[in-house]
Parts: sequence; C-alpha cells; structure tokens
Amino acid sequence: MILQVKDITKRFGGLQALTEVSFDLPEGHILGLIGPNGAGKTTLFNVINGVYPPEAGRVIFRGQDITGLPPYEVARRGLARAHQVVRPLDDLTVQENVMVGACFGREKHSLSRATRLAGEVLAQVGLKERAGQLAGLLNVAQKKRLELARALAARPYLLLLDEVLAGLNPSEITAMIETIRAIREEGISILMIEHVMQAVMNVSDHIIVLDYGLLIARGTPEEVANNPQVIEAYLGDPQMTARLLAE
Amino acid sequence: MQAWRQPGFWLPLMIVFLWGLAVLLIRQDTARETAFTLLMCVGLASSLNILLGYTGYVSFGHIVFFGLGGYTGFYFLSQHNWSLLASSLAGGGLSAGLAGLVGLAVLRLRGAYFALATIGINEAARAFVSNFEPFGGATGLFINFSAYEQYGGAGPALWTAFTFLWLITLIVLATSFLVKHSRFGLGLLAIREDEDAAMVMGVKAPQAKTIAYVISAFFPGMIGTLYFFKNGNVEPSDAFQLHMSIESLVMVMLGGQGTVLGPMVGAITYQGLRGYLLTSPIFKSLHLAVAGLILLLIVLFVPAGAVGWVRGRFPRWRRVLE
Amino acid sequence: MLAQLLPSLTDGLLLGFVYGVAAMGLSLIWGVMTVINLSHGPVIALGMFATYLLFTHLGLNPYLGLVAVAGLGLLLGLVIYGAAVHRVINAPHLSSLLATFAVNMIIIGVGTAVFTTSPHNIDFPLGSLDLGPLTLPATRLVAALGAVAFTAGLYLFLYFTRPGKAIRAVANNRQAAELMGIPSAWILGLSFGLGTMLAAVSGGLIATFFPFTILSGGPYELKSFVICVLGGLGNPLGALLGGLLLGGLEGLIPTFMPVSWVPVVEFGLFVLVLLVRPRGLLGAK
Repeated sequence: MILQVKDITKRFGGLQALTEVSFDLPEGHILGLIGPNGAGKTTLFNVINGVYPPEAGRVIFRGQDITGLPPYEVARRGLARAHQVVRPLDDLTVQENVMVGACFGREKHSLSRATRLAGEVLAQVGLKERAGQLAGLLNVAQKKRLELARALAARPYLLLLDEVLAGLNPSEITAMIETIRAIREEGISILMIEHVMQAVMNVSDHIIVLDYGLLIARGTPEEVANNPQVIEAYLGDPQMTARLLAE
Repeated sequence: MQAWRQPGFWLPLMIVFLWGLAVLLIRQDTARETAFTLLMCVGLASSLNILLGYTGYVSFGHIVFFGLGGYTGFYFLSQHNWSLLASSLAGGGLSAGLAGLVGLAVLRLRGAYFALATIGINEAARAFVSNFEPFGGATGLFINFSAYEQYGGAGPALWTAFTFLWLITLIVLATSFLVKHSRFGLGLLAIREDEDAAMVMGVKAPQAKTIAYVISAFFPGMIGTLYFFKNGNVEPSDAFQLHMSIESLVMVMLGGQGTVLGPMVGAITYQGLRGYLLTSPIFKSLHLAVAGLILLLIVLFVPAGAVGWVRGRFPRWRRVLE
Repeated sequence: MLAQLLPSLTDGLLLGFVYGVAAMGLSLIWGVMTVINLSHGPVIALGMFATYLLFTHLGLNPYLGLVAVAGLGLLLGLVIYGAAVHRVINAPHLSSLLATFAVNMIIIGVGTAVFTTSPHNIDFPLGSLDLGPLTLPATRLVAALGAVAFTAGLYLFLYFTRPGKAIRAVANNRQAAELMGIPSAWILGLSFGLGTMLAAVSGGLIATFFPFTILSGGPYELKSFVICVLGGLGNPLGALLGGLLLGGLEGLIPTFMPVSWVPVVEFGLFVLVLLVRPRGLLGAK
C-alpha cells in the first residue's frame, strides 16, 4: 500500500468536514474519489498533503506516518498535488514554474538538471512551445496542464489530482485521460477527485465515495455505480445521478 | 547557469566598479561625498530588494538593520578601537543575527501585518537604544579624533571608508544576482508568487524567507557602520529614521523590484531628482511633495518600475537588464 | 507614588479617548477595504491646522469648529480615495501602502512649505474641574466627551442608516454587496472619508491640548497602529478600548520607569501582540 488513510476526522469550528474516513491505495493503482459537492473531498486532500492537520486519524505514506507534517515535508517525500483551482506562479515562465516542482520535489534537482527535466515534462503534457511564456498569460486548459506538469516534475510516487478535467471540452478530456494513463504506466499511483463521471469510472481501478464527510462506499466502478447508498447520495444532485445511472 | 557569463551580472557591477574607480582616481572630496551617499542608497536599496523583490514581503522598517548594525559597529570602533573591517563585520553580524532571531516569528505575518511589525521593530529598537547606556543613551556615541589616526588622519580615513563602501556595494549587487539565479532564489520567487502553492511544491517557506531576511539585513549593518564612522557620531534620531526606510522602498519601486539593476537605477534617479529639487529655488521646499507625487504615479501607473517596464516591453533585453 | 499615579493615570485615560478616535479612523478603513492608510498622520495634522485656522481667522470656537473640520476631513478622504487608492484597491497590499504613503509625503511636503515647521498653538483655556483628589483640565474632559460623542455617532451611522449598513455589507463581503446592487466604489470612498474624518477630528481635539506642527501627526499615526493591533484591526470599538489601554499605559508607566521607556513598552507590546494574537486582544472586524 502506498497510501493508508486511517480514521481521519476533520472539524472546522462547529462543522464536521470529515468523519473517520479510512481507505487504502495500492501502489500503481488509480483510485477515484467521487461524491456530491461539499462532501469533503478537497478537505481530505488538504489533510493528506499537510495543508490542515486532522483532529484525529493517521495518514501513512509508503510506511511513514506523515500526519500533520507541513506541505513541504510531504512534498519532499514524494507526494505531489494538482489543485482544483489552478495556482500558477504568474510572473514566472512556464518553464520556471515546472522547475520549481523539479527543484523542491522528491529529487531536489539542481537548476541545470531541473531545466532539462522541465523540458521533458512539458513535452509530456504538450506545453513545450510555451516554455518561455509567462504562466499568467495561459488559458485555463493550459494552466491545468501546467499544474499537472509541475506536479510531475517533482517525480512523485503518488499524485493527487483535484478535478483536472473540470472546464475541459471533450477532446481535451480524452487527451488528459491518455496522459493520466501514461502517468500510471510510469509507476506513479494516482488518487483523483472527479465529477466527470464517465472519465473517472473508465480510468479508475477502484472508486471511493464521500458524502457529508463520510465514506459511504468503496469498490470497483461497477459495484459503486450500482450501490443504492451512492445513488441516494446523488439523488440530491439529479444531474450526477443521471450520469451515474448512464454507466 | 554560470553567472559570470551573463551580461545581466556584469552590467550593474561594471557601472559601480567604473564609477567608484573614477572617484578614487580624481581624488576630489565633493565627488567622493556625492558618490558615498549614492553608493549607500544603492546598497540599502539592493539589500531591501533581496527581501522585497524576491519574496514579496514588504519591510517598511528595514532601516533598523542599518541603525542597530551601525550602532554596534560604531560602538566597537569608537569605544574599543576595533578596525573598520572588524567593526563593520560585527555590525553586519549583529543585524544578521537579529534578523535570524526575529525573522522566523515576524515572517509568519503576511502583507500589511508584516509591514506594520517591521515599523514596530524599528521604533522599539530606536526607543531601546535611547535608553541603552553602553550605546550612549539619548545622546549617542562620538568618535575620538585620534581613532582616525589608525588610517593616517581624518582625510585618508574618509577615503578608506569610501573604498570599503564601494566594495560592499559590489558585493551586494553580486549577491543579489547570485541569489536570484540560484535554486534558493527560485524558491523565493515561488514564495513571492504564491506562498501556499510553493509550500505544496516542497519549498520550505519559513526557512527560506528567514535566510533571505538575514542576507538582506547583513549589508545594511555594515553600511551603517561606515556611515557613522564617516560622520564621526551616531545618535538615536539619526539611526532609525523611518523616512530613510521609505526612501529605499521608493528607490526599489522606482527602479523595478525583483531586478538587480532596478534598485540601482532607482537609487541614482531618486537621489538625482532629490538633489535637483533641493537646489532649485522653486522646488526647494516641495521636494518631499514632488517625491511623493512621483511615487504615487509609479504605484498607480508603472508598478513594475523603470527596469521592470523595459523588460516587459522589450523581452529581448531581459538577459541584459536583470 | 500613589499621589502621582491617580492623576497621571486619569490624564492618560482621557487622552486615550482621543487616541481611540484617531485609531478608529485607521481601523475603519482597514476593516472595510483592507487598506492601511499611511497618510493617517498628516491628516491628523491637517485637522489640527484646520481647527487652528478656523479659530484664529474666523474666531470660531474650536469645539464648534470640529463640525466643520469633520466635514473637511470627509471631503479630503473622498479626494484621497479617488485620486490615489481606488486604482490600486484590488492590487497587492504593497501598492495601497505605497500609494497612501505617497499621499503622506505630498501632504507633509506641501504643508511644510505653507505652514513651516514652527509650532502653532490654540489658546482656548477652559479652566479645570475638581473631582475629589483630582484636578482635571476641562479641555481633556471636553475632548474625551467629544470622542465618546463621535464614537456613538459612528455606531449610530453604521448600524441605523442605509449608507452605514451598506458600508458594513461591503466590509463583510465586497463581491456579495456588489451583486446586491451596492455601488462599492462610492461606499469605499465614503468609508475612507469617514476614516479621515475621524483622524481630522482627533487632530482638532489634540490641538486644544498641545502645540503642534505639520509633523505632529506622525507619533499619533504610530500610536494608532499600536492601538489598532491591540484592539483588532477592523474593529472600531476595539480601537476605542485600545486607545484607553494605551493612554492608561502611558499614564501609568512613568510612575515606575523613566518616561523614555514608554515607547519601548509600547512598541514591544505592539510587536508581541502582532506575533501572538494578530487578530488583536479583542479580535478583528
């Protein structure tokens, strides 16, 4: 198991965001994390990579307890993240953005090695021609690819993807799915939050479902799609349910 | 990324090197005095830039390092007859040490809170020094003229101080460039752009910021020692002037924050303008107002400063105008 | 020592009311638009001069003149907002800090040229009041009362008038307020104006106690920073209480330590509170 999440509980004042969430992620797998809006998915990511410490529970990454470690410590152990709301370093070039990932990620490259690595990763995500542009000038889809490139440049063992498909058109989605598959081929494990049902059902090995901070289901995509609890959770969200039932 | 091959490294260094050399060769007192003030401004502005331009943390009270470091260095110079080199290093060391001690705590504050805290630290330091007997309390310290004998008299001593300042300014500019183009500097720039994202990417923000703070504090400490040595005395009201801090800030903004050349350009332009205003009959009493107006126009319309604007407009020149 | 303590403390507390009003101006602007007005000091000084000029040239009772000074302060704030702050309201904090500082430099520069640096004085003695063991100068008492009056007025305005409620809405969530049709630019300008109004008024009050120059606003600006941090930036009531706290400390400390240590304690406390409880002793907003 590359990641073991045990009984994570997170509160914000009076609001219980996560309650005793537990799951395991085997190495080399793609685990999809779905759930209605406000279920606590991004909060779970924030706890895993150290942005917030949990009130209770443990996060074990590659056998090490990383609960409560600050984000930079988690990053250095090989856990990278692409955010839902992209955060490019606007006044730096695309290449420099990716170099930050390379220099401060798991492998701590020097500037020259980072430059080369950045070039490779940018080619992988299809941003090579834009390497010298200022990151703030990219469009949303390009920024998403930059976000992914930055995370990959850190040479992570585990990649947390938060809604990387949001806002993309169908052909962009297909391309991104291919990229995600290719990343898994390289041996990187992936935990991804997604709302684009067809995509996440297709690409994931297993799915876990969060609702109001509770883990209500886990299993293969087929099992989850037919789980009555999951359907009920999404009944509050008719669009979701329709898509789910279309599987 | 060899620094010595980059034109952006050599340009500011060459300018300062040649200029200082010219002054030393002409051996004229007024030229030296003007150059001293200018080099001091360049040094202070460039040091501030290492914090402000690279990490985005705005220090309004940066002068405290000039003041406390200068006081310390001057203390060793005047009371214990240390050499100029040793005293300056002591001054720089104290400032750096203070930055290290206070940095981790103060840099947890963001934005305006940080700015206010730096003002508070400066005022606290000034008030403290006014009460601190070894530093002469409210009257300050004086140097015994005999201390200048070490350097062959008052005249040569001033030339020595100038040479020292010239060398320090070169070192500050070089440091500024090397930091910017190092792995460490990349981390700082990431912090400036988005500190939280930088941390998620693995940048150890608290430590990195503190190191930048320490580096930015060291040089003003040395410069302060030289300045007070030249003046022959130091008192609390001279050493912690908030408006000197702000003027450094203006110089960095005017020239272009985050660049190596910017603070230098800003310092020279600001001082030049100030000199002109002070000697012109019309603007004499209004120089502060005019400076304020310029600052306002820059902030409102050209926030990247002169060098920043040129770099934006003419990307080809970016390698030269670092 | 006790004989010294009580009058010193009381004097400090009365002054504290006035400090509080000044700090409230700064706090209001910060709370509504997250801008720290670095022209706060010179505006206080302008308040001093305005009161003085109305007194010497129009023979206007300084306390009545305060109403005019308040109006002028409000107008000045609208001008400063429009000219310097509006453009950078959404830019990083450094921009608004520098913009307001630039205004500071401009006011001081022009002020020095026009008024010179020689001290001015408002000679309007009101005698004193005997309250048991204390003899209180009436100017201090009237100023404290004036401060309380302005504070009450501000609260009534913010909670019971439409513009006031709009200001609170914008302070709470500017985007939501705009979506509800509140013209945020005008409200921000008005808030800034209220902030400078309070600063000018406090200046006028201070002018009745102490001689002043165009540079006199500086120390009060610093005190305002300290008070706002103590009371919580964005919390006007906190500013008043913070003012009393600071005034009290200023009155209390000289009975135990040489007066020159007061700034050390003030600024030490300032930095300490910023580090330990940046939301202030009373919490922000």
